[in-house]
Amino acid sequence: MRLSANPTTDTVLKLATVSVAMFAFVFVVMVPLYNVLCDALGINGKTSAQAYTAVDAAVDTERSITVQFIATNNDGMPWEFRPQVTAMAVHPGAANDTVFFAANPTAQHMVAQAIPSVSPSRAAEYFHKTECFCFNQQPLEGESDTLMPLQFIVDQDLPKDIKTITLSYTLFDVTARVSEQIAAR
Amino acid sequence: MGDHHHGPATGIGRWLFTTNHKDIGTMYLWFSFAMFILGGTFAMIIRAELFQPGMQLVEPGFFNQMTTLHGLVMVFGAIMPSFVGLANWLIPMMIGAPDMALPRMNNWSFWILPPGFLMLASTLFMEGGAPAFGWTFYAPLSTTYAAPSVTFFIFAIHILGVSSIMGSINIIATVMNMRAPGMTYMKMPLFVWTWLITAFLLVAVMPVLAGAVTMMLMDIHFGTSFFSAAGGGDPVLFQHIFWFFGHPEVYIIILPAFGVVSQIIPAFSRKPLFGYASMVYATASIAFLSFIVWAHHMYTVGMPVAGELFFMYATMLIAVPTGVKVFNWITTMWRGALSFETPMLFCIGFLVLFTIGGFTGLMLSIAPADFQYHDTYFVVAHFHYVMVAGAVFSMTAAVYYWLPKWSGRMYNETMGKVHFWISFVGFNITFFPQHFVGLAGMPRRIPDYALQFADFNMMSSIGAFIYGASQILFLYNVLATIIAGEKVTDDKVWDGAEGLEWTIPTPAPYHTFEVPPKLDAAHA
Repeated sequence: MRLSANPTTDTVLKLATVSVAMFAFVFVVMVPLYNVLCDALGINGKTSAQAYTAVDAAVDTERSITVQFIATNNDGMPWEFRPQVTAMAVHPGAANDTVFFAANPTAQHMVAQAIPSVSPSRAAEYFHKTECFCFNQQPLEGESDTLMPLQFIVDQDLPKDIKTITLSYTLFDVTARVSEQIAAR
Repeated sequence: MGDHHHGPATGIGRWLFTTNHKDIGTMYLWFSFAMFILGGTFAMIIRAELFQPGMQLVEPGFFNQMTTLHGLVMVFGAIMPSFVGLANWLIPMMIGAPDMALPRMNNWSFWILPPGFLMLASTLFMEGGAPAFGWTFYAPLSTTYAAPSVTFFIFAIHILGVSSIMGSINIIATVMNMRAPGMTYMKMPLFVWTWLITAFLLVAVMPVLAGAVTMMLMDIHFGTSFFSAAGGGDPVLFQHIFWFFGHPEVYIIILPAFGVVSQIIPAFSRKPLFGYASMVYATASIAFLSFIVWAHHMYTVGMPVAGELFFMYATMLIAVPTGVKVFNWITTMWRGALSFETPMLFCIGFLVLFTIGGFTGLMLSIAPADFQYHDTYFVVAHFHYVMVAGAVFSMTAAVYYWLPKWSGRMYNETMGKVHFWISFVGFNITFFPQHFVGLAGMPRRIPDYALQFADFNMMSSIGAFIYGASQILFLYNVLATIIAGEKVTDDKVWDGAEGLEWTIPTPAPYHTFEVPPKLDAAHA
């Protein structure tokens, strides 16, 4: 296809289109593709950001999986943040409940966002959360505390060699980000 | 010749407004040499600090600024523009074209570079200091934790990206549309071929780099969260985007070097290049493979095993076309009537040292082993073998080889040989010991280190000072040649040299091939 009768102009127009397309490619293909792939394949230890709808499945009482919980504050986050229990033994297919404790020791109202990560990352797609405080931002008044619930099911199809799953939450301070969004509206 | 034949304009206007490919090539070459000296100065500060363990000369923060700027200035300021300068000088002369296809754009491509680097260098004097996050500028180091000067860094990257893209478009347009009649693709000199492929790589990946820094800009100033986990982004995404640019980038640097070596080795072997067609296909294969190996820079981020294996095998595959090239160069020399003038010495130095760098690259490509080598001085040694002994040595060879044609004067051969041997010895004293300290666990980008690494680091520093000093000799030799070198009048400066650029008078007139040359049997 010729974009111009002048061969040089034609070459330049085509190449300029390629470079603009590559710039757009980063934003409209690479970023979404990365997120889609991480979600779909459960790589990178990312768990689904949506609640899992439990399906009827037999509880596999033969197997027992140790689920460990880790809570970390991101740099500069002043909250107290920890799991109520640090480890629990669960059967694949069974629904489990636990809570995380969070306290805001500052005088200000703050909003936090917890970001989950599962290790080994292969286990991420078999770790289903039916309810999680990480699905939403968590507002907390100054000098108060709360218990944040987590419900999860470990899938029966979890590879046999995985005996321990570690679920790690990092708590980020998103107060400034939220107020900016409100101001923008 | 037409009656519009004229020489260069006079005064500063000649350089500011020139559209002549030779003038622009010259400016690129001098600019890149200035950047080479600037980046080299940063390297000297790094090596002076590392001369002994403990903190000696500079603050750790400043040390980090030095490693960052050294990498950025050398990659984007010294090596890349030097090869663009070479392309400007040589491609029209090699394909029998009167000038580049887009002379006005050529002027812009060059003249936006100095402001871009001025902007980058000015960050050194800003509050909070220059960028200090390494030349790879991984987020969140370069976003959340960066000094305010990072914004200037981002715009500097934008500017030099635009310059590179314009330069590449110009080169592709020239090669595709301005070849002399009879100069088919498979008759082009290999330097033109490697640059054509390099230019395609640049058009494809410089916009990706621009995208990465634009996302940083948006994360820092406009509240997006591309790389911030708090807002649903992911810092690992940055590494994927960066290396999707970064791996083709290393071939952008080395492919023109391959082209230079493929021109010079036949000339001093007095034999045609062995396996011309396989060289072309090897170059194209390397360019293709460069797009599917990027994650070998990030084996330790926690990729699935299948990913590690894919990137490991794809990376190892690059050794095949690269091996084809190395064997072709050696076979070209085999039973040739060899002579060892300075350009040939630098090419042989390139051949030996680049191959060592290639082998250490192969070691690094082995995913399970890389966990030990990752971010150690072993990596530093590896990429300096391919960047310095690869790209810079070949560039030096190119200057010695074509300088007599450009200036009409011969450089001092003895001084050239001394320059080569000091460079060769100094380079190896600098970087060979870094393999050992790297394997023993010394991390890169640190201003202080454990005592057991002291001897090798002192050796490295002494070597670096020797290598650095030898570049002063190079500068002196080039200046002395241009000002007062022995005059050369033969069109063919080197008796074994082949190609259209050796059919024009010496020194190369301001305008060449205003009438397309007729390719005789020797060139066709």
